[in-house]
Amino acid sequence: MPDNSVNSAISANSAHEEHPSYLRHHFNSAEQQADAAGFAMWLFLLTEVMFFGGLFTAYLVYRNWYYPAFVSGSHQLNVVWGATNTVVLIFSSFTMAMGVWCAQTRRRRGLVLSLALTFFLGLVFLGIKTIEYREKIEKHHVPGFHYSLQSFLDPQSDPEVYAEYHDKPLAPDMARHTELYFSLYFLMTGMHALHMIIGIAILGFMILRARAGAYTAGHVTFVENFGLYWHFVDIIWIYLFALLYLISRHQ
Amino acid sequence: MSDTIVSLPDQATARIPKDNYITRENGLLSWLLTSDHKRIAILYLISLSFFFFIGGALAGLIRLELLTPQTDLMATDTYNKVFTMHGVIMIFFFLVPSVPATLGNFFIPMMIGAKDLALPKINLLSWYLYMAGGLLALYTMAIGGVDTGWTFTTPLSTHYVNTNVLTTGLAAFIAGFSSIFTGLNFIVTIHKMRAPGMTWFRLPLFVWAHYAASILMVLATPVVAIAIVLIALERTMGIGVFDPTKGGDPLLFQHLFWFYSHPAVYIMILPGMGVISEVISTFSRKRVFGYTAVAFSSVAIAVFGFFVWAHHMFIMGISNYAVLVFSLLTMLVAVPSAIKIFNWTFTLYKGSITFETPMIYAFGFLGLFTIGGMTGVFLGSSGTDIHLTETYFIVAHFHFVMVGGMLMAFLAGVHFWWPKMTGRMYPEKLSQLAAVVTFIGFNLTFFPQFILGMLGMPRRYASYPPEFQILNVFSTAGATILGVGYLLPVLYLIWSLRYGAIAGDNPWQATGLEWQTQSPPLTENFVEMPVMNHEAYDYEWLEKQKKEKGVASAG
Repeated sequence: MPDNSVNSAISANSAHEEHPSYLRHHFNSAEQQADAAGFAMWLFLLTEVMFFGGLFTAYLVYRNWYYPAFVSGSHQLNVVWGATNTVVLIFSSFTMAMGVWCAQTRRRRGLVLSLALTFFLGLVFLGIKTIEYREKIEKHHVPGFHYSLQSFLDPQSDPEVYAEYHDKPLAPDMARHTELYFSLYFLMTGMHALHMIIGIAILGFMILRARAGAYTAGHVTFVENFGLYWHFVDIIWIYLFALLYLISRHQ
Repeated sequence: MSDTIVSLPDQATARIPKDNYITRENGLLSWLLTSDHKRIAILYLISLSFFFFIGGALAGLIRLELLTPQTDLMATDTYNKVFTMHGVIMIFFFLVPSVPATLGNFFIPMMIGAKDLALPKINLLSWYLYMAGGLLALYTMAIGGVDTGWTFTTPLSTHYVNTNVLTTGLAAFIAGFSSIFTGLNFIVTIHKMRAPGMTWFRLPLFVWAHYAASILMVLATPVVAIAIVLIALERTMGIGVFDPTKGGDPLLFQHLFWFYSHPAVYIMILPGMGVISEVISTFSRKRVFGYTAVAFSSVAIAVFGFFVWAHHMFIMGISNYAVLVFSLLTMLVAVPSAIKIFNWTFTLYKGSITFETPMIYAFGFLGLFTIGGMTGVFLGSSGTDIHLTETYFIVAHFHFVMVGGMLMAFLAGVHFWWPKMTGRMYPEKLSQLAAVVTFIGFNLTFFPQFILGMLGMPRRYASYPPEFQILNVFSTAGATILGVGYLLPVLYLIWSLRYGAIAGDNPWQATGLEWQTQSPPLTENFVEMPVMNHEAYDYEWLEKQKKEKGVASAG
């Protein structure tokens, strides 16, 4: 094992002579630089997992305690929109992966196209999310702001949802806990949307740089690492979709 | 006394090397925009010391108030704000970044033979985040402070106080990201930037300790970040996650908060333990006894550290089974801590011990940390904890570990590496005096608090029954001595920047790679990439080098 590390470092030394312009002074080789950046990105995603982990823990605990409230709350979500968004995001992950491949194989136009598509799909996701949020605001399902228990105390007042699930009315104390469900819904999807917005902003910046050919000259670390971030945000959504929309469909 | 190993170059001819990281560039901007890990470490050292003295002044106010049983110096709600800000500043802006951001930043790349940390710009970003958080905390203090205690306990912090919870929370949140980026940078650097031949088991134990602490920074800090976000949303929008009237549970906040804040104490102490390993080995001229055990005990402390957080919650109504499990797990942490203490003691055994200032601080650490750690076992066993929690016993335990342990280690490290960082020696006799004064002042301040706690004096009150006064007077008197002990180094270290003796490359005859280059080091650290061809702490190798080349230098 020690011999190995000596060898790789020595070969790294000889690569030093080529000296591509993007190589920072404190690295011995472009390979070491890309390695370090990729590793750092994975660690950063680990902190993101822990960050969302706090919210998932809260969801887990309260779902266990207030099961009926969480089921009724979940029935208020629009599965069609949720599923559409899931498809949109998975497809955007595909275009992102295409972007990384284009950067690696030095296809500038392909890269710009893939990034632009990813950018567009990200906006579509946020647009659909806005429609969903608006529905919640109209029904007074935003916690803290004139929150209304109407749909849970008297399900028949909400004919569309009632037609689909035939929910029984909740007892008032249990109905109150739907507010907690929507708190977690807005927190988790909101935190996810914030990550999407940051991602889309970075995508916009990348498209401009990609058009100037910045990522198609061999230095693709930034595109690769952003790809990791984008896939991570996608995976978070898949968990959110399952836990918030799907899990209580048949209860 | 001839019992020192210090070997300085001939002072008549000695020169500070003309080209070094301090002289390479000039002007304030060259410091504020630097990406050199050594310069960033110096930025941290200056700003950390600034925050330390603000936190220290607040501690002074607390001790002054407690001189008498009545509340006479300040109103009770002012007292609440003073101890809260003392905690916030000392924990988030001094203890957490103390050794990692200064000594770790400066020496991890040098110890592993690298030119810089893997992500130099992120390193500078962490300093700016740290400063932003710190200044926000100071701003909070200026506009009236916060009085929840540094623990932001709900529902107090979300419903019942109208002080500046939001700005303080934001300050801690920002400082948290500074800490995450530092830890992330260290892990990447230690994995990817090691010089040829620098295998994992040739790393100095300082690096191992920082590796373990970095794992904690990266995994635990985001959890407190989300807890603070939830507090802020609860306070502004009433989302109800911690609000019992809406079905939320304040205990959930405790779980999330201590999931970070317990590992945080290991973030604070582990780097200090790294310093102690270096100092004890150097001044007993022996390889650290049980190198592998000490290395793995750092990792073990980090791992166990994740599974003990609920011992902060024994009286908060968690289930008895949880108490039992967390109590047992807590005692488990004592095992790797004891492994370290015993191995350091065995390192001393039959070593050629000399008593330079860093070593005196290290001895202070050994004694005080042992007491702090053992009283931790009292608090870990649920029976005694129920009696002792929320009393001065907790305060004394925590300060023995953090001030007696971490601060002693920090000062040991600053003195140990001062010649390397500045190229000049600190005044030896004066600093030995400061170390002894600190030790005496510390014991006088905090030992009486163990007794106060056993007698039942609760913490966080501005007044107390008159029969506790004598012990409180001891404690306050000790605090003034402690204050002198901390002011002295500031004065003579600044003095030494100009008037200290020229240190030369390796005044301690230590073995680490950081000593095998000029002091202060070049911006690139090494003239050419070092090759590690010997084990860590190999003093025979050092002797051989000296005989062969007349000087100590690596590869």
